[in-house]
Amino acid sequence: MMNFRATAATAALLCFTAFGASPASADGEVNVYTYRETKLIQPLFDAFTKDTGIKVNVVSASSGLEQRMKTEGANSPADVLLTVDIGRLDDAVKAGVTQPIKSVVIDEIVPAQYRDPDGHWAGISMRARVIYASKDRVKQDKITYEELADPKWKGKICIRSGQHIYNNGLFAAYTAKYGEAKAEEWLKGVKANLAQKPSGGDREAARDVAAGKCDIGIGNTYYWALMMNNDPEKKPWAEATKVILPTFEGGGTHVNLSGVLLAKNAPNKANGVKLIEWLVGDKAQQIYADSNYEYPVRAGVAVNPTIAGYGKLTADPLPIAKIAANRKAASTLVDKVGFDN
Amino acid sequence: MNPAARSGRIAAAIAVATAVLVAAPVISIIALAMQPAPDVWQHLIDYVLPRTLLDTTLLLGGVGALSLAIGTGTAWAVSLHEFRGRQMLLWLLPLPLAIPTYLAAYVYVDLFEPLGLVHRTLALWLPLQDAVRVLPNLRSLPGAIIVIGLVLYPYVYLSARTMFQFQSAEFAEAAKTLGAGRWITFWRISLPMARPALAVGVALVSLETLNDIGASEYLGVRTLTVSVFTTWLNRGSLAGAAQLSCFMLAIVAGLIAIERYGRRNVTTEFSAESPRLTQRTPLTGIKGGCALAACLLPVCLGFLVPLWYLAHQSFKRGLFANFDMALWRDAFNSVAFASLATLTALLLGFATILAWRWRPNTLRSVAMNIAQTGYTLPGLVLALGLLAPVLAIDNALNTLAGWLGRSLPGLIIVGSGAAVVIAYVIRFLAVPTGFIKAGFERIPRDYDDSARAVGAGQTMTMRLIHLPLLRPAMVGAVIVVFVDCLKELPATLLLRPLNVETLATSIYQYASRGSFEEGALAALLIVAASIGPVAWLTRFSDIPSGPA
Repeated sequence: MMNFRATAATAALLCFTAFGASPASADGEVNVYTYRETKLIQPLFDAFTKDTGIKVNVVSASSGLEQRMKTEGANSPADVLLTVDIGRLDDAVKAGVTQPIKSVVIDEIVPAQYRDPDGHWAGISMRARVIYASKDRVKQDKITYEELADPKWKGKICIRSGQHIYNNGLFAAYTAKYGEAKAEEWLKGVKANLAQKPSGGDREAARDVAAGKCDIGIGNTYYWALMMNNDPEKKPWAEATKVILPTFEGGGTHVNLSGVLLAKNAPNKANGVKLIEWLVGDKAQQIYADSNYEYPVRAGVAVNPTIAGYGKLTADPLPIAKIAANRKAASTLVDKVGFDN
Repeated sequence: MNPAARSGRIAAAIAVATAVLVAAPVISIIALAMQPAPDVWQHLIDYVLPRTLLDTTLLLGGVGALSLAIGTGTAWAVSLHEFRGRQMLLWLLPLPLAIPTYLAAYVYVDLFEPLGLVHRTLALWLPLQDAVRVLPNLRSLPGAIIVIGLVLYPYVYLSARTMFQFQSAEFAEAAKTLGAGRWITFWRISLPMARPALAVGVALVSLETLNDIGASEYLGVRTLTVSVFTTWLNRGSLAGAAQLSCFMLAIVAGLIAIERYGRRNVTTEFSAESPRLTQRTPLTGIKGGCALAACLLPVCLGFLVPLWYLAHQSFKRGLFANFDMALWRDAFNSVAFASLATLTALLLGFATILAWRWRPNTLRSVAMNIAQTGYTLPGLVLALGLLAPVLAIDNALNTLAGWLGRSLPGLIIVGSGAAVVIAYVIRFLAVPTGFIKAGFERIPRDYDDSARAVGAGQTMTMRLIHLPLLRPAMVGAVIVVFVDCLKELPATLLLRPLNVETLATSIYQYASRGSFEEGALAALLIVAASIGPVAWLTRFSDIPSGPA
């Protein structure tokens, strides 16, 4: 036992010397809380540091960051919050942990549709929720979201949990457009068309199509590109499918937004704003487009060739704030129609 | 004050402090739950609870039964029998613990789904479409039960083993003279006597299953925990989510109470420890081979297959060749957090139980029960609950520094990573308390009385009698807590300081983007970091076979 104690005590000592409490405010630094995975954005931050000399400190999580900021209060080290979903942008503003960004650069570059009217958040990149269709079995090259409830797809659709945040966004958009009663009808229709109980992730949707379990799967734009270009083992899944950009009738494709917010108590506010502005600059937007396979929010930045191969994206004009406002209703409907049962 | 009374008070003080520590996040969740959450419950009752309660019950029942069967069977085999390969099994059997459930789910789905390795192998003999039909559907309730049960059975194995080891020779011999064979002895003697330990093991398995979210969602099983998160994240009701968590906590508390009530008249204490231990029965030839094969099967499925998969993926993706040096730092962080938390949890758990053992009054008994509640909260809920008390201290320190005219120190507890360690301790404290309590329940109080009769004080009794007899229980607890800490994800994610990654958070970085395989190397390092302590500690937990 003695040995064990010694080991543990050493570990304890090392632990605290290694981490030490870091001061919240420091010259030439900026602290970022992010829902986007650190490994994905590290190249961006490295480039930012190289350009500006400002060091970026990061902590990433899957949920609860706005709660952490709220509880940390005035002593919160957070300067900037990065999110990957409409819902989280909304949550952060509601939690009262943000302040208006107030930047001419942002107002100029980010289209009004992808900015908070009060200036609390700005979009930096987009992904679309699309169809992975079987090359062999699906002849059509166009499809609408409404059509997913058409009985002609009976037993032919694969999708992950209806409560997953990606689907929640799509269903919220549908609810925002047509109201709850019609959305419920539609969800029932889609549910009746499912080949299997909702499960797996977006990549499994492509796999299930490739394996012949279903004809169309629903997934985000970048998953398909990642399978196609970055993962030889999954490449056959992508190759068996084609990506169709679906649209709402008389509208466009549902897109979700990665966004950025400025913390209310940002100790390094100036650096925070600098980072936010840099993220919509040419260089950062190109990195977003190429290494993350997202649609850049800045006009004139080239979309990655694989993504461009899906066809021209016409994003649905529905304001992001309206989608966010319908998330709760969409989630309630998913339970009501027993979508995941 | 005499020394015995003093050490008693110290232990009691630690027990109470521990209870306060564990209660802090629970109280803060209850406070959140006090806020109104209109329409949340109507919705849950109408559309969610009937189905999720059923699914959750079936999942818990299935995983519980499977892990009970595997854990008890293997523990009985290696504790009471001697056969070729036993030494190797001793440290292999706990290792599935090192495989996070969501990773096991992913590995098995990838292997068994259409276009996976199994399918491609079958396709060598069968037409591709026919081969699809014979594949099991793992994305289902039975699939989830099997996958989760295979990696969680070590909780039962480890707690059962601590009991079977001290199998009294007298009972077995008495049974034998009455004509009972090995199986009858197992069913009628060993099993009932190990019940407190088995209850602890199954409770841990059930709570771990209940709190799982990654594997369940991936395999398409809706548990109550999933509803907690949907209520919070999609329907924007933190209060509703907190209420649902409290509801779960109440159910768990109820189940534990029922188990205790069922055991109220059963005492396993008396003479359970014979000075003479059972001699391990040698199994040779075909019997030995069968025992080895039966024990190897869960090890293969729960550990070696995922291990092979991770190694294969790491190799194929060149993760070894382009070794990410940052992983060493992540591994160091993981081990440092885990060691610190394990040591703290062990000491606090031991003191809490000791205080109760020395004088089982209401206060100490309540403290002991509170100490075990941390495990009933899902990791992320616990972390959310911990934010308020921890940051209240941090912010108070800053206010104090401000008054004193000093420079503000920033958030010390959260900023140093101490919050992560505290979260681990609270979450996993139920393991050492449970294991040690079950261990104590088999040390008859006669021993304490005899020791007192020969003039030994409490402390000496503890050192010379309790500690040696509790060693297997403590070793089991250390293994479980250490490996659990290495795997812990949600609390680590939310509470860690800036720029700190652990192996678990590193895997998550890839997993959340759907490419688990890219995190294979980090997962292998978790396994590697687990193997060392498990192998080393196992030496201390194996007690010599009794005399012939």
